Amino acid sequence: MSDMMNDEPLLRVSEITKLYGNRIGCQNVDFELWPGEVLAVVGESGSGKSTLLNCLSTRLEPTSGMIEYRMRDGVFRNLYKLTEAERRLLMRTDWGFVHQNPADGLRLAVSAGANVGERLMAVGQRHYGQIRDTATDWLERVEIAADRIDDNPRAFSGGMRQRLQIARNLVTHPRLIFMDEPTGGLDVSVQARLLDMLRRLVADLGLAVIIVTHDLAVARLLSHRIVVMRHGNVIETGLTDQVLDDPREPYTQLLVSSILQV
Amino acid sequence: MTSSVRTVEAAPDQSTESQYNFAYLDEQTKRMIRRAILKGIAIPGYQVPFASREMPMPYGWGTGGVQVTAAILGQEDTLKVIDQGSDDTTNAVSIRSFFEKTAGVKTTTATADASIIQTRHRIPEASLREDQIIVFQVPIPEPLRFLEPRETETRTMHALKEYGLMHVKLYEDIARNGRIATTYAYPVEVNDRYVMDPSPTPKFDNPKIDEMAALQLYGAGREKRIYAIPPFTKVKSLDFDDHPFEVQKFERPCGLCGAANVYLDEVILDDKGGRMFVCSDTDYCEERREAGHLGDMAADPAAVSLTTSTAGQDAS
Repeated sequence: MSDMMNDEPLLRVSEITKLYGNRIGCQNVDFELWPGEVLAVVGESGSGKSTLLNCLSTRLEPTSGMIEYRMRDGVFRNLYKLTEAERRLLMRTDWGFVHQNPADGLRLAVSAGANVGERLMAVGQRHYGQIRDTATDWLERVEIAADRIDDNPRAFSGGMRQRLQIARNLVTHPRLIFMDEPTGGLDVSVQARLLDMLRRLVADLGLAVIIVTHDLAVARLLSHRIVVMRHGNVIETGLTDQVLDDPREPYTQLLVSSILQV
Repeated sequence: MTSSVRTVEAAPDQSTESQYNFAYLDEQTKRMIRRAILKGIAIPGYQVPFASREMPMPYGWGTGGVQVTAAILGQEDTLKVIDQGSDDTTNAVSIRSFFEKTAGVKTTTATADASIIQTRHRIPEASLREDQIIVFQVPIPEPLRFLEPRETETRTMHALKEYGLMHVKLYEDIARNGRIATTYAYPVEVNDRYVMDPSPTPKFDNPKIDEMAALQLYGAGREKRIYAIPPFTKVKSLDFDDHPFEVQKFERPCGLCGAANVYLDEVILDDKGGRMFVCSDTDYCEERREAGHLGDMAADPAAVSLTTSTAGQDAS
C-alpha cells in the first residue's frame, strides 16, 4: 500500500491523438492516473473509448502525444519508447487486460489452473506445487470453487470465465488493470456479483483501473473519476458522483437522463 | 562431406540413375541447404527457414532429413538409415536405397561404421563419435505450435526468450496425470537459449543429445526448417523443481540380448497375451547377441523366428 502514498501519478497521458486517415479515433486526450484510482471512460459506441484504451495499453500506437508510466523502480518511461521485450514483460507482470469476451483473454485449450499459472511460469516460477497453490488461492478469491481447478474454461459459464480471466490477470500483483466492458454480455444478476467482487478486489489490492464502459451504472459503482467522450474528444471529466449527479455538458445530461428507470 | 560435382560413381548399367546429380539435389540447392545448416550450427536450436524442395517421396517420409543428408553427403561417406531404431523397416530401406541409387555411396547398418546416420525418431544406443553426423527427420519443428497457433507470435516468443508457455504444457500434464506424461518430442532448452523440439524421439533419448560428441542436424521438409546442435552443447530437458525430468524405465531387460538400460519395443507374439520386449535399436541388439549375450527369451521359438528369418519381420 506504500505505493498509494506516493505523490506521483502512475500514468501520465498528454495530448494523445489517434487518427485513422482523416477520421478521428480520439483527439487531445489528457489525464493522469494515480495509484489505486479507478477511472471510467464512458461514451456511446464510436466515441473513441476503445481506441483510447488500446493506445494506453500499447496495443495501438497513437498518431501523436505521449504516454508515460511510472515503472516499479519509480522512473517514468514513455511507453512507446520501450523495447518490445520490456513492453511485453510489463504487460504480463505489472499490467492486466480484461477483455469483454473472456475467450480473448483465456487459453481455452488448457485447464483453469494453467490459465492462472501461466503468468507465474512466464516470470520464471518452476515449482509445480507452489504454482498450483497460488492458482487455487486465486480461484477462491474470484469465487470459483477450488475443485474446478482442473476443468477446462470451456466448461465454465460466461460469468465464471470472466472471473477466471480476472484471476489470471491479478496473479502477478499488477498495479494497473485495463478493462474493456468487463460486464458486457453477462446477465444482470451475474453482472452485479462480478461488480461487487471487482470492487472488493480493487480496494483490497489498491489497483489502479481504467475501465471502458457504456454502462453508467458500472461507472457509478466502480469508479472514482469519470471521463465522458464524444466524437473522439473528452467533453467532461470529474469525480464520478459529481458528473453523474450534476452533469454540466448537454451531451452528458442526455446520457444520464437516458438510463432506463424500472 | 565435401562439395561434389557430378555423379561418376553410379553404376553404368543404371542408365536413368546416372542422369541424376550426385545425391539427387542440384548443386545450387545443396549450397542453399548448407548455408541454412551453417546458420543453424552457429545459433544452436534456432529454426532456420530454408527453401525446401519437392522430393520423390511423400511428406512425412523424411523429406527434410533426406535433403539435409543429400546436402552434406560426400562420396567417401558411409550412410546408415534407421526408422524407430530399426534398419530394416520400410522408411529406412527406401531412403537407404534412394541414396544408393542417386549417390552410389556405401551404406551400412552398423552404427560404428557410419559417418552419417539419418534417423526417424530414435538415437542409436551406442554412443556416437565426433566424426559422425546424425540427421533427424522432423515432422513439426515448432515446440510451441499446439500451444500458440500463430507463427508470428511463436517467432516473437523465441526471439524474446518467452518460454513460460512451454511450462504451461508440462503443468497440464501433471494436473491431468500426476506426472509429466509427455513421452516423446520432449521439449529441451539448447545452450541456455532456444527451446527446441528434439523431433519425436522418445524422451529416453533426451540425455543422449546433451553434450553429444556428434553433430546433430534436424530437417523438417514440409515445414521448411532446419536446426542444429553442434557437438558438445548443453541441452537441458525442461521440468519443474518438484517434478524433475526422468526417462522411461523398463522392468525387464531385452528378451533377445539381455541388455538393460536400453529403449525397448513390445512385440506381440500371439493372441493369448504372449509378448516380449526387445531392443528398439536392432543393430545394437544384433551386436550384443553376436558377442554372446542372451536374453531370457532368446531360446523361445518366437524369438528364434525374429532373429533368424529375413530381416524386416520385427518391424514394430
